[in-house]
Order: sequence, then C-alpha cells, then structure tokens
Amino acid sequence: MMENLRHLKDEDVLLLLNDLLEQYGYDFTDYSFASVKRRLQRVYITDRFPSFAEFRYRVKTDPEYLVYLMEQITVNVTEMFRDPGFFQELRKQILPVLATYPLIRIWHAGCSTGEEVYSVAILLHELNLLHKSVIYATDINESVLEKARKGIFPLQYMQQYSQNYQLSGGQQEFSRYYAANYEYAKFSDMLREKIIFAAHNLVTDRSFNEFQLIVCRNVLIYFNKDLQDKVLHLFSESLEQLGFLALGAKETLRFTTVAPLFKPIAHKEKIWRKIAT
Amino acid sequence: MTSLPKLLVIGGSAGSLDVLMQLLPELKPEWPLAVIIVLHRRTDSDTLLSELLSTKTTLSVKDAEEKDILSAGCIYVAPSDYHLLIEPDGSLTLDASEKVHYSRPSIDVTFMSAAEVFGSRLSCLLLSGANVDGAEGLQTVQELGGFTAVQDPDTAEVSFMPRHAINIVKVDKVFRIGEMIAFVKSLNDDNRVV
Repeated sequence: MMENLRHLKDEDVLLLLNDLLEQYGYDFTDYSFASVKRRLQRVYITDRFPSFAEFRYRVKTDPEYLVYLMEQITVNVTEMFRDPGFFQELRKQILPVLATYPLIRIWHAGCSTGEEVYSVAILLHELNLLHKSVIYATDINESVLEKARKGIFPLQYMQQYSQNYQLSGGQQEFSRYYAANYEYAKFSDMLREKIIFAAHNLVTDRSFNEFQLIVCRNVLIYFNKDLQDKVLHLFSESLEQLGFLALGAKETLRFTTVAPLFKPIAHKEKIWRKIAT
Repeated sequence: MTSLPKLLVIGGSAGSLDVLMQLLPELKPEWPLAVIIVLHRRTDSDTLLSELLSTKTTLSVKDAEEKDILSAGCIYVAPSDYHLLIEPDGSLTLDASEKVHYSRPSIDVTFMSAAEVFGSRLSCLLLSGANVDGAEGLQTVQELGGFTAVQDPDTAEVSFMPRHAINIVKVDKVFRIGEMIAFVKSLNDDNRVV
C-alpha cells in the first residue's frame, strides 16, 4: 500500500492524544478512537499541515491553537428542542414532579453552545418554575461556554427551532424569547438569570452538588465503556434520591453498572429515575 | 485484532431502496460478512426501514447501536440523525456531529471509517442518489486497499450520485443491477474469512 500523506496514522493520533494529556491535562484516551481520529484528520487536512510533525509541533507550542483544536475535537453540534418528544416529556411528566421542590437544581452536562439549556429554561419559565430553579450548565470547552453565556444564535435556525418548540408542546410565539438583530437572535436575559455556566470535565472532575435532574445528551456516545460507567456513577452520586437522568436518543443505561440503581421512566425518551435506597 | 469478519458497506440515497430490496434476498444463511447499510432518509423513519429490509432476508437486520460489535451474518442499518463509525476493535460508534453533504448519516463518513479499520477486507457499494456523498469515501477505501463499486448510473433511478463517484474515483467496478446481484451472490461463497 502506498504511503498516503493525507492520512494520519493510528500511531500519530495516539502521540497527539498523549501530548494533550501530558502537557495540558486533557484526557481523550477513553474517547471513541474513530471519532477523535476523524476529527483530528479533518483539522490536519483543513489547516494544510505539510507533515504530522508540524501539526504536532503546533499543538505543543501554541496555546491558542490548542483552544481551537479542543473545540474541533469535541463535538459541539446541538440545537434547540432537538428531539421534540424528549422536551414534551420534560414539560408534561418530569418538570411537574420537580415543581413540588422549593428549589429545583438541574445539571446540564456537556451543554456545548447552550441551545438545549435555553430550551429547558423556556420550559421552566412556561411552567412558572424558573424563578425557583438553578441550572448548572457545564462543558469541557471554555470557548463554547463563552458562546453559551451570550445566548446569541444564528437567526437562520429560528424557523427550525420554532418548529421543534411547537412539536414539543410549546404554545407561545417562539419569537417572544429572542430579539432579532441582523443575522442573529439574542435570547432574553430573563432566561439566562438562573443559568450558571462553568467549565467541568466529565473525565477528570468530581461531583459538585446534588441535583433533581441531570441532562446529558449525545455525550456518552463518544466515550468507551469504562468511561461511560465512570461518568454514569458520577451522575448517580450527583442525583438526589428519586432524581431524574436524561440521556440522548441513542444512549442507554442497559448493560452499564449503574443500571440497577435506576428505573426507566420514559423508555423512548431515555429518561431514568434514581431508585430510593 | 483477532476475528473481525470481512465487511460490506452499501451506501444509497434517493432511488436506492428498490435495489437494496433486490440485493438482500441474495444474502444466504451462513453469509460470511458483516454488512452495514447507510441510507439517506427522513429523520423519523428508523424502525420502519430495518423492518422493511428484514422482510427481504433471513439474516438479522438491526438498527446499529453504539458499542455493537460487527459480526458475520448481521446487517446493521445506520440510524437516522447519527453518523456511523467503526472502532479498531470492530465495535460501532454513533456520532452526532455536523452533517456531511447535508446528510447524517453520511456515506462518506462510514466508508472512510470502515476503510481505516478494514483496509483490503472491505467492499463498498454506492447506489442511486442525488447527492455527492460517497465519492470521497470510495477514494479513501481504494487508497487503503478496499474494493469499490458503484451502480451503473444508467440503471439508477437517480444517476447523479453514482455518476459523480465515477467522475472522481477510478472505481473497481460499475455494476448493472444483474451484475451487482451476481457479485453479492459470489460473496456467499467467500470462505476466505480470516
């Protein structure tokens, strides 16, 4: 087989991951290798490095490039009210249960640029619960959190988001939640007041509070089995008795070591409840 | 890596379902390869598609789930709204990242990922469609030693996708439907599975 210079070799990827761990403390070694390799490969080609050695040198010596690379390696694709059925379940079944608490604490782990966090805030607002809620929205990436804090999203997506919102049972004019300005929609400060955005690395950081609801969607799919188990235990420890855990459409507790600690509440919408012990 | 089966990946878009329905009955029991099917479609039609496909074969057809391990005689359908990647150990990863060529799942993504792991033990078929997806993936498959074939554009309900692939990749075979069926049949006897 001919040497192909456009292709990163598996050994190259392992070297880079080792650099990221040793030099910067970012541990991707338990991430899906195929996914990380694909994303590194893409950066390698897009940025036209003449050789892997130069790519590696840049990563090791340029902290600004590292910030960019981190954003490229982790998947930051998200949308408002993605999977409307899930948000309908939150609205109709889960949040009304939480309404009985004097203070509602929610952890949105791996929130990326924040679209789903604002979606949950809108639900809480419409159920008249936002005033007594706190949402901790965390991500490994400081740069996406910066975007999330601003709550400014491209206007071109609003039609889709508005449709998702309605499919999820929303009854208001969706546009009441943002101000359109040129190509952007800036979401209302009222929604943001109860959200705390903070950096948290699921791989290395510990639990920081107890919650009644943890939302972590399309994050675990990028982790290997051991890391999935570790993170699920972190979630379990961070949930109150009878707290809820919400995962992505293709994620499950089945076959994990925390499965006995939870019972499924909404099978299709991937919501579990921690069993009282 | 010990006992990974060989792999056949079939990618299709508009107009490819009929062809698939003709190919699947040729996969006999004891079929020695794992099969992945990546079809562009609307996002809400998941279970329907695998149910439909399973009416045409005795092999097990399932929506690919993350961490599934590819095994011979099984057909894995890439779920809608996720890319399907393959890990070095032959397990599957679902990936919710950006669409590629307006598509998720993207055929390119799975072709390329399969090529990285399977090299020369991979065959890829690209069927009818109105998208440019698949061509770049076939290029990678070829570079890494895999077998590449596309549906003859003249026999495709929508010729754009296979024609685009032929234009940018020197594929190993251009199959009319009958030839494609014969090719799949021939894989039944493929006992060179390591």
